[in-house]
Amino acid sequence: MNLIVDAIAWILDPAHYGGPNGIGVRLIEHLWISVVSLVIAGAIAIPAGFLIGHTGTGRAAAVLVSGGVRALPTLGLISILGLSIGIGVQAPIIAFVVLAIPSMLAGAYAGFEAIDRRIVDSARSVGMTEWQIVGRVELPLGLPLLIGGIRSATLQVIATATLAAYISGGGLGSFIFLGLRTNDYTQMLAGSILVIALAIAFEGAFSALQRLVVPAGVRAGQRTKVRSGSPRSAAEAE
Amino acid sequence: MIEFRSVTKRFPGGTVAVDDFNLVLPSRKTTVLVGSSGSGKTTLLRMINRMVDLTSGTIEIDGEDTSALEPVALRRRIGYVMQNSGLLPHFTVIENVATVPVLNGVPRKRAFSDALALLDTVGLERSLADRYPSQLSGGQQQRVGVARGLAADPNILLMDEPFGAVDPIVRDELQQELIRLQRELDKTVVFVTHDIDEAFLIGDQVVILEQGGRIAQVGSPSEIMADPASDFVSSFIGADRGKRALSIRHTERGAVLVDGFGRAAGVLVEGVAVASVAVESEESTSS
Ligand SMILES: Nc1ncnc2c1ncn2[C@@H]1O[C@H](COP(=O)(O)OP(=O)(O)O)[C@@H](O)[C@H]1O
Ligand SMILES: [Mg+2]
Repeated sequence: MNLIVDAIAWILDPAHYGGPNGIGVRLIEHLWISVVSLVIAGAIAIPAGFLIGHTGTGRAAAVLVSGGVRALPTLGLISILGLSIGIGVQAPIIAFVVLAIPSMLAGAYAGFEAIDRRIVDSARSVGMTEWQIVGRVELPLGLPLLIGGIRSATLQVIATATLAAYISGGGLGSFIFLGLRTNDYTQMLAGSILVIALAIAFEGAFSALQRLVVPAGVRAGQRTKVRSGSPRSAAEAE
Repeated sequence: MIEFRSVTKRFPGGTVAVDDFNLVLPSRKTTVLVGSSGSGKTTLLRMINRMVDLTSGTIEIDGEDTSALEPVALRRRIGYVMQNSGLLPHFTVIENVATVPVLNGVPRKRAFSDALALLDTVGLERSLADRYPSQLSGGQQQRVGVARGLAADPNILLMDEPFGAVDPIVRDELQQELIRLQRELDKTVVFVTHDIDEAFLIGDQVVILEQGGRIAQVGSPSEIMADPASDFVSSFIGADRGKRALSIRHTERGAVLVDGFGRAAGVLVEGVAVASVAVESEESTSS
C-alpha cells in the first residue's frame, strides 16, 4: 500500500517533470514511438486488409502470417534488431510495427468481411466502380471493426513501448529500467502507473470513437431492433 | 429491345446455369422469366447488366453488343431492383434513391429534388426521405428499391423477385402499383419470379423456364393458358390440377366460374372492353 502511495507522490512531485529524464520528455517519447509505430503498421496493414476483405482472397495467407508474427516475442525481436542496427529508437519501432500489424490487419479485413455481400453486390449492380464500393460502402460500414483493430494494436503498442528503454530508446519505460537498476521500486512503480494511465486514456478515447463511427443508419437499425424487445434492454443499450 | 443469342453460362464450379438461350425481349413491354429455383432466372437477368459474364453467345441491347460496353456505364443506365431491396444501410432513403444520378455527376441538390418526386411516383410519403432503410417496413423498402431503379430514368428495368419477401397483401399492392407504373413509364421491364400467378399478372410476355435456362414456352399469358406447350407447362401453370380449368356453373342467382376442384373462382362479366383492361381481365380469369 505504502509503495503505491509513494509512487503516486513520486508522480505528483513537480521536480520529476522537467529535464531530459523528466516525465514530460519521457511521455512525449513514449507517445512518439507508439504513434510512429502505429502509423507505419497502419500504412502496411490497413490497405492489405482492405484488399483481402474486398477481393475475398489471401485471407488464409494473412491468418498464417499474423499467427506467425504474433508468436514472435517482442523483447527478443528488439534485442536481435538492436544487435544488428544498434541501440536507439529504430529497433524498438520496427518491433512495435511487427507487433501492431496482426491486430490492424484482422480489424481491416474483418470489417470488410462482416459486410453483407448482398449490399456490396447491390452497390456494384447500380453502377459503382470498385473504388466507389470501397470508399462509399465498405469503408464506412467496416470502420467500427477497423477502429477496433487499431484500438487493440494501440493498446498493445503503448504497453509494450515500455521495452524501448531496454536499448536506450527512451519512453516511460526509462523509469522502470532505471528503477530496476538502482533498486528504486518507487520509481519503477511510478513508471508502470504512468504507462497504465496512458493506456487507459487511449482505451477510453477509442471506445468513444468506435461508437461514434457506427453509421447512423446502422445505429438506427440496432436501436429499433432493441426497442422492439423490452424497454429495459433499450435503456441498457444506450 | 434486348436480344439473347445462343447465350451459355457455365460457372467456375462446372454448373451450366444457362445453355444456348435465345430470346427477344420487346421494348416497352414487360417480359417475365418464371421458373422454379435454380432454373437460371437470376443468371439470365444479371447477364443483361454484365453482373455475370457470358461463357459464350451475345446479348444485344437495341442492336448493341453489351460485351463491347463498359460494365459500370452499362449498369448506370439499367435500373436494377432486387429481392432484399439491396438498399445501402448507411444511406438515407433519399440518398439511396439519388445514388445513381449522383454517381453520374448530377448536382446533389437536383438529384435530391428529383428523388423526392420519385418517392411520389412509387407511392411513398416524402416525410420518409430522411429515414434509414432499417426504419422502414419491408414493403416500403421495396418501393424505395423501385424508386432507386428508376432514378436515372433508364430504358430498362431489371427486377429480381422484387416482391418475394413481402407479405401477400403488400405484394398484391406492389404488383398493382407496378402495373400502374409500367403504364405511365413505358419501360422495358425484365421481371424474374417463381410465382406463375405473378408472372401472368404482370407479364406482357411470359417465359417459362426449365432447369438450365431451357425455355419451356414463350407467349402472352393468354396464349400460354390457352395452349400449354407441354405437360411440364401444364403442370407448372396448374392447368393439370384444375386450378386454371374454369367452367361455368349455373346457379339460382346466376352463372359462376368454378375451377377443376369445383371451387368458385369468379363470375363471367359480359360486354367489358377487353382491350383497355387487358391486364386486369387476365388477372380475374387467372385467379
Ligand atoms: N456464382 C455462382 N457460382 C456457381 N454456381 C452458381 C452461381 N450462381 C448461380 N449458380 C448456379 O446456377 C444455377 C442457376 O442459378 P440462378 O440463376 O440463381 O437460378 P434462379 O434465380 O432461377 O433460382 C443454380 O444451379 C445455381 O446453383
Ligand atoms: Mg434467383
